Amino acid sequence: MGLRKFIDKIKPNFEEGGKLYCFHSFFDAMETFFYVPNKVTINGSHVRDAVDMKRNMIYVLIALIPCFLFGTWNIGFQHFSSHGEVATLMQNFGYGLMKILPLYIVSYVVGLGIEIIFAQIRKEEVNEGFFVTGFLIPLIMPADVPLWMLAIAVAFAVVIGKEVFGGSGMNIVNPALLARAFMFFSYPSKMSGDGIWIAEKGDAISGATPLGTLLNGGGVEQLPSVMDMFIGTIPGSVGETSKIAILLGALFLIVTGVASLRIILSTFVGAAALGLLFTAIGVSEVPFYYHFLMGGFMFGAIFMATDPVTAAQTNTGKIIYGFLIGAMAVLIRVANPGYPEGMMLAILLLNVFAPLIDYCVVAMNISKRKKRWAKAERSAK
Amino acid sequence: MSKNLELLTAPLRKANPVTVLILGICSALAVTAKLKPALVMALSVTVVIALSNLVISLLRKGIPSKIRIIVQLIVIATLVILVDQFLKAFVYDVSKQLSVFVGLIITNCIVMGRLEAFAMGNGPWESLLDGIGNGLGYGIILVIVAFFRELFGSGTLLGFQIIPEGLYNFGYMNNGLMILPPMALIIVGVIIWLQKPEEDKK
Repeated sequence: MGLRKFIDKIKPNFEEGGKLYCFHSFFDAMETFFYVPNKVTINGSHVRDAVDMKRNMIYVLIALIPCFLFGTWNIGFQHFSSHGEVATLMQNFGYGLMKILPLYIVSYVVGLGIEIIFAQIRKEEVNEGFFVTGFLIPLIMPADVPLWMLAIAVAFAVVIGKEVFGGSGMNIVNPALLARAFMFFSYPSKMSGDGIWIAEKGDAISGATPLGTLLNGGGVEQLPSVMDMFIGTIPGSVGETSKIAILLGALFLIVTGVASLRIILSTFVGAAALGLLFTAIGVSEVPFYYHFLMGGFMFGAIFMATDPVTAAQTNTGKIIYGFLIGAMAVLIRVANPGYPEGMMLAILLLNVFAPLIDYCVVAMNISKRKKRWAKAERSAK
Repeated sequence: MSKNLELLTAPLRKANPVTVLILGICSALAVTAKLKPALVMALSVTVVIALSNLVISLLRKGIPSKIRIIVQLIVIATLVILVDQFLKAFVYDVSKQLSVFVGLIITNCIVMGRLEAFAMGNGPWESLLDGIGNGLGYGIILVIVAFFRELFGSGTLLGFQIIPEGLYNFGYMNNGLMILPPMALIIVGVIIWLQKPEEDKK
């Protein structure tokens, strides 16, 4: 227990009046990271569940591990196979790790740094909100994204996406997606096109994502095979390529009850419905199930749309919310000539509309019950 | 005198038409992608508010209250056309950039708001000061927003290259989002966010 003793020894420095008081938020965060805090609630009684915010966040992190591992391997695999080389599993993985670790370091240092500064100013405890966001951000970027851009995007997402609204749990839109949207609109040449998806030191190597191929007028026959897209050996953002890894994570999230099955299923139904409609009227020749396999659809549906803070809260609202995300994503993919990927914009849009959906669902329920009550009143007379 | 000074300085901060009253937002989005149009726009609006305040204040006792809005609009429209012609004659390129937004000063809520709220009930000298103050209050926000948008969006200020070429060779890139209108709203929001606690303290 050397660490406990060490923490106790340096603790007085961080308490009010101590000479390192200005770092007390950071100290507090680190102490509660290693040990269970011994604070007790002062007033009122609270019913507490073992599944608190920290536990919830950890579950999401565990669910993301398959995506992380496969994505890391795929960075190496795409790099070596674009040179026509065959590399071992460990070579692929090692190359990917070299690419992705700096992204993680930047994401966490910048994001947590800002969180700690705000916690300090507001005299609040640092909370765990950024752990999941910081883990998600590198997974939804191309592996070769410049680090300074990532730092700006993370800072923007944390400050404008979260802190202005009052911190974790108060945000309107998903901060990780906001970071991606910021990158997408600020530095389009680093976030879209064919030259950025394969990690490379020198000149860019062309490797189109399936959605990029479609945008440039390619037909369905030019896409990778369904099996490749399902396993994930295609170019794309780090975490989004392997549908197997995402489904493993989804299974875990659904079993533990962290992600809402309603949202996930209705998102798929929404996408399938619009996909079928488009093929039926001949607007698009892409079979509807291709939309599940291309781009970030599945990753978004399972890890982003289900974010409990920004999703709709009512049960009916969740179904409407999910359905519209799926439909909107396919609509943008098929009908918009400018943006290849619609999932990010669809989720952000519906994040904004989620409170309105909830409001309508609640209001309709109230009026329904009023009518029922009035009817019962009448029949009683 | 200090009361008159207050008329001039209050709109710069605690009664700022853009960040406190949230007026004139639309043109703040439209003309702030570059610093030069923002400066010209700020000056034009200041001239229009100051002079229309003065004119309406002089006329205020003779305007029947039922048709006062029409009278105010005629005064504003006349001044806007004068400003527009002036810009076309002397700074044609900026006038081209501002295009329709000079004409739209007529609909700028700040102008109408000051006429209704101030010039209709105060003397000409106070009204002139109030107009100049509000024009500058609007202008200062426009210039702050345009400063950041041009610097980070194009790497220039007033058309001169500020961010050195070497930085671009290092991989620095201009921020495309800064050029897009939403960023103007976000910057105005950040200014309000920074300003509000300061004002609350007083």
